[in-house]
Amino acid sequence: MANDLLLARGLVVAYGRPAGLFTRRGVSPVVLHGVDIRVGKGETVGIVGESGSGKTTLGRALLGLIKPAAGSVVFDGSDITALDERARRPLRRRMQMIFQDPMSSLNPRHTIGRILIEPILLHGLAKSHAAALALVHGVLDRVGLSRNTIDFYSYELSGGQRQRVGIARAVVLRPDFVLADEIVSGLDVSTQAQVLRLLKELTGEMHLALAFISHDLSVVRSICHRAVVMREGRVVEEGPCERVFAAPVADYTRMLIDAIPLPVVDPGWLTRGASVETATSP
Amino acid sequence: MSAPRLAIEALSAISLRDGNRPILRRVSLTVDTGEVHGLVGESGAGKSTIAKAILGIIPSQVKVTDGRIGFEGRDLLALSPRDLRAVLGRDIALVPQDPSTALNPSRRIDAQMTDGLRLKRGLSAKQARLRAGALLEEVQIRDPERVLDSYPHQLSGGMRQRVLIAAAFGLEPKLVIADEPTTALDVTVQKQILRLIRSLQERHGTSVLFVSHDFGVVAKICDRLTVLYMGKVMEQGSTADVLAAPRHPYTKALLAANPRYDRPDTGLEPTPPEVIAALRAEIAAFDASVMGCRDG
Repeated sequence: MANDLLLARGLVVAYGRPAGLFTRRGVSPVVLHGVDIRVGKGETVGIVGESGSGKTTLGRALLGLIKPAAGSVVFDGSDITALDERARRPLRRRMQMIFQDPMSSLNPRHTIGRILIEPILLHGLAKSHAAALALVHGVLDRVGLSRNTIDFYSYELSGGQRQRVGIARAVVLRPDFVLADEIVSGLDVSTQAQVLRLLKELTGEMHLALAFISHDLSVVRSICHRAVVMREGRVVEEGPCERVFAAPVADYTRMLIDAIPLPVVDPGWLTRGASVETATSP
Repeated sequence: MSAPRLAIEALSAISLRDGNRPILRRVSLTVDTGEVHGLVGESGAGKSTIAKAILGIIPSQVKVTDGRIGFEGRDLLALSPRDLRAVLGRDIALVPQDPSTALNPSRRIDAQMTDGLRLKRGLSAKQARLRAGALLEEVQIRDPERVLDSYPHQLSGGMRQRVLIAAAFGLEPKLVIADEPTTALDVTVQKQILRLIRSLQERHGTSVLFVSHDFGVVAKICDRLTVLYMGKVMEQGSTADVLAAPRHPYTKALLAANPRYDRPDTGLEPTPPEVIAALRAEIAAFDASVMGCRDG
């Protein structure tokens, strides 16, 4: 499609495993078996699946953090699959990431100010420290953090504040594409609501393309335009959220949706559904 | 009506590290025989502190200042460590939140499951092994012999949680404390585990105190629930009543913040500032009244 910002075709990723203390070399499990995905300009796409589905690996492959064994990633019309580190550098500003755990992704030895200002200067978005600081003030206002947050360290902030810093760090660089990997899974429901609302507003205002990785289908339904359902390294279903949730095609999608406990009393729910099978080890 | 199996009365606790800040504010709740009671709240609400108080594992920086935990006519808080140990495991068992850290990584499942059966139920090693196998079958593990001979790292998260549930219910306790038992699990596995807890609980008439932050999970498994905020009970009632018509503004706010796939246009509502202000005032007024009592 003409409006595709990011287009991946036939992505295959296998993790090579070097010989370890207790393991022999040679096992390289395939985690992505030829995945196609596209994210349009300004579009929010939810990538959902259970643990081991390959959703995090897919995200990393899209950003070029993992080299695929096969397949291609095209960003804004140019193939970026084979680019080396140097050639990729100009793209780094345009493709940003928000991490699951801001506690471990924000450097605890740097103030929030330094964390936000350094990339601005590095990417040449401001010519002076003062100009960068002005951009930082602007983005802090926008994400609902007070300006004196720059004097704090990440561990002095609450989980919700840290995740706002993570969002500010990504959007202050004016990217075209942002990958968000399970960014609300550690938050309380009221904090989660604020962070998701903010993200939804920002993607609208900035015409930002967002790939939103989550295990929570209700969250995906609330902020995404399209959903991509993954299972064991394959896309089993893809489509507009409205259609995927109202009339899922794949049995697996149906099973995932049925397994979501809604906050309504429904005595038959526990014993209903496909996931009655007994467990085999391991 | 018979007496409730667990009766927590006016339980109060403070944090010694944090300027004697109150963390439980006169919490009262009862769990009847055969009831699953949900303890719901966000982080810092005091859910885990209550669970730990029942199990006698309150951290050293927390001090219980008032109240009692009545179980079978005795106050657990007043028991000697020796008497409490006799009750724990035999009459009260725990299903922990994180199945990956709750099991000893260096011992086989067999050894970990049979400990309790031998020490608390007086079975021989051979009997205990047979019983452990039967228990694993009861939690729908198809090849119990293989699981018994496994180390925890050889099992998936869902399997480990099944093992822990089997171990907890296996001693036929009267009360099970389930502390966010499905939070670390995938949604399809979560459903299986909830089904399992409910069916074991019904079959054995066990009472369950089910700690959770998730109203969806609570809706599916709990008969009644208690909503906590900053260590204070905001609302109590049958799950059906509370979910259909929440009375406290905090409960309403939590439900409105929860995204729901069946209602994409609702959810993600920020808690209104006036609700936050009212909550703070409610907590402050409570603390002031307690201080007043102490001074008077």
